[in-house]
Amino acid sequence: MTNMLFVIRRELAEYFATPVAYVFIVIFLALLGALTFFMGSFFGRGQADLSAFFQFHAWVYMLLIPAISMRMWAEERKSGTIELLMTLPLSLKQVVIGKYLAAVIFAAITLALTFPFWITVNYLGDPDNGIILAGYVGSLLMAAGFLAIGSFISALTKNQVVAFVMTTAACFVLIASGAPIVLGFFSGWAPAIVVDFIASLSFLTHYADISKGVLDLRDVVYFLSLIAVFLFANMLAVDRLKAE
Amino acid sequence: MSMIEIENLTRRFGAFVAVDHISFSVERGEVLGFLGPNGAGKSTTMKMITGFLAPTSGTVRVEGHDVQRDPIAVKECIGYLPEGAPLWADMSAGRFLEFIAGVRGLSGAARIDRIRDVVAKTQIGSILAQPIDTLSKGFKRRVGLAQALLHDPDVLILDEPTDGLDPNQKHEVRQLIAEMSEEKAIVISTHILEEVEAVCSRAIIIANGKIVADATPAELLARSDQHNAVSLQVEGDIDRARQLLQDLPAVSSVEVRHRNQLFVRPKGGAQILNDVGMAMRGHDITIDEIHIARGHLDQVFRSITTVPQ
Repeated sequence: MTNMLFVIRRELAEYFATPVAYVFIVIFLALLGALTFFMGSFFGRGQADLSAFFQFHAWVYMLLIPAISMRMWAEERKSGTIELLMTLPLSLKQVVIGKYLAAVIFAAITLALTFPFWITVNYLGDPDNGIILAGYVGSLLMAAGFLAIGSFISALTKNQVVAFVMTTAACFVLIASGAPIVLGFFSGWAPAIVVDFIASLSFLTHYADISKGVLDLRDVVYFLSLIAVFLFANMLAVDRLKAE
Repeated sequence: MSMIEIENLTRRFGAFVAVDHISFSVERGEVLGFLGPNGAGKSTTMKMITGFLAPTSGTVRVEGHDVQRDPIAVKECIGYLPEGAPLWADMSAGRFLEFIAGVRGLSGAARIDRIRDVVAKTQIGSILAQPIDTLSKGFKRRVGLAQALLHDPDVLILDEPTDGLDPNQKHEVRQLIAEMSEEKAIVISTHILEEVEAVCSRAIIIANGKIVADATPAELLARSDQHNAVSLQVEGDIDRARQLLQDLPAVSSVEVRHRNQLFVRPKGGAQILNDVGMAMRGHDITIDEIHIARGHLDQVFRSITTVPQ
């Protein structure tokens, strides 16, 4: 456990030692702000809640999470530091989970920096803060899910650009499978059970439930099991490919 | 018990056999030089010893721990400098050593002491605050070396430890290795043959994944056909001198180099200095200069590793 903490600390320090962290945070906040105010008409809705804000998270993550996850393993493999890391007295699990948790903590810090939205809506009206908190939990779970996928894909290649593009594509598929346009395409001819299955794969479906304030165990289990599956695949990938 | 025991170690990459059933052991106090042409399997073998790469078959034991069954215990015993000394570019050298110290289980005063010790030994005190990215090749190599020495391991595996260093730094690193050699088992890979003579107590040459020689540097030198050859510079009738030497029973060949220099190879590495001196006497030939060639390791290396296919 302490060894995993060393890995997490090193990774987090690396985010902030380079411009990566600052550029990411600024772009994330700016993009989310612009979407919330202009496309989500935060003020025009006349409602004291943050649904205008939360509805864009999936799409912003799709663009930006791959930018964090792409370097997680691809760079270690390319620069050879993976050899240093994997010959220290650390288990594969400690390294993979440690690196992953560092990325999740970084995403959580970024998300926490959206607090002015929360303050604003509380200043302007009297929102249900329970729903907002649930929205944050859901958003973080979604980010953690994308990061698990991204970390796995990053372990498959030495090329960060390939990792970025592949992860973006994977995120898009997982979001889009719950979008009305995709479900509409299937619902015309496919049996209801297939449509439900496709919808249930989507991050959007589960995220929408949580951000309505319904912290359903099934949605939480969905995200956690998805994370577990991809981290396990990540360990296999690192173990198989580390020396190539 | 040997510090490192390797039995029938084999590694395939698809159809290519990178390391082919090699066995050897290394004792405490030994500095083993691992030699071989590029791609011979040196680094692959080192990666298997350190637990980075799983062997296709065979076993590696370090201080009694099997690297397959108990990789963490093996990694705790070993200080490893991977090929090319990879380091995280964005970290400062000092932070990097602190991270390694943490993972190696050093804390409190021991941590400070050990870091101070390796920083002094590798002479990197002046660059600790700099990001590793901005360091010269020599400093990077020394930071990598400091990392390997940090937990004062019993076994050191150093893949080309002096690559990229200038002659002074090379000398310092070799001296450092020599100082530590008594209480540790050290394996270094290199293709600088003078390094083997300078620091190694034993040399293993591998080619095409197989061990082709396992001997002390002196024994390897003795395999050179130039070993104990006599080089002399004479004044007088050079052709006559050549004929006289050729007639000596212990001489295998005589070569004329330059105008008045002769190079005399003995049969079977015999000592022929005296015979050569005697043969020249009374024939109006004076010897200006004479010395014994020790043989060239790189020549032995070439002859061993370039076996006709």
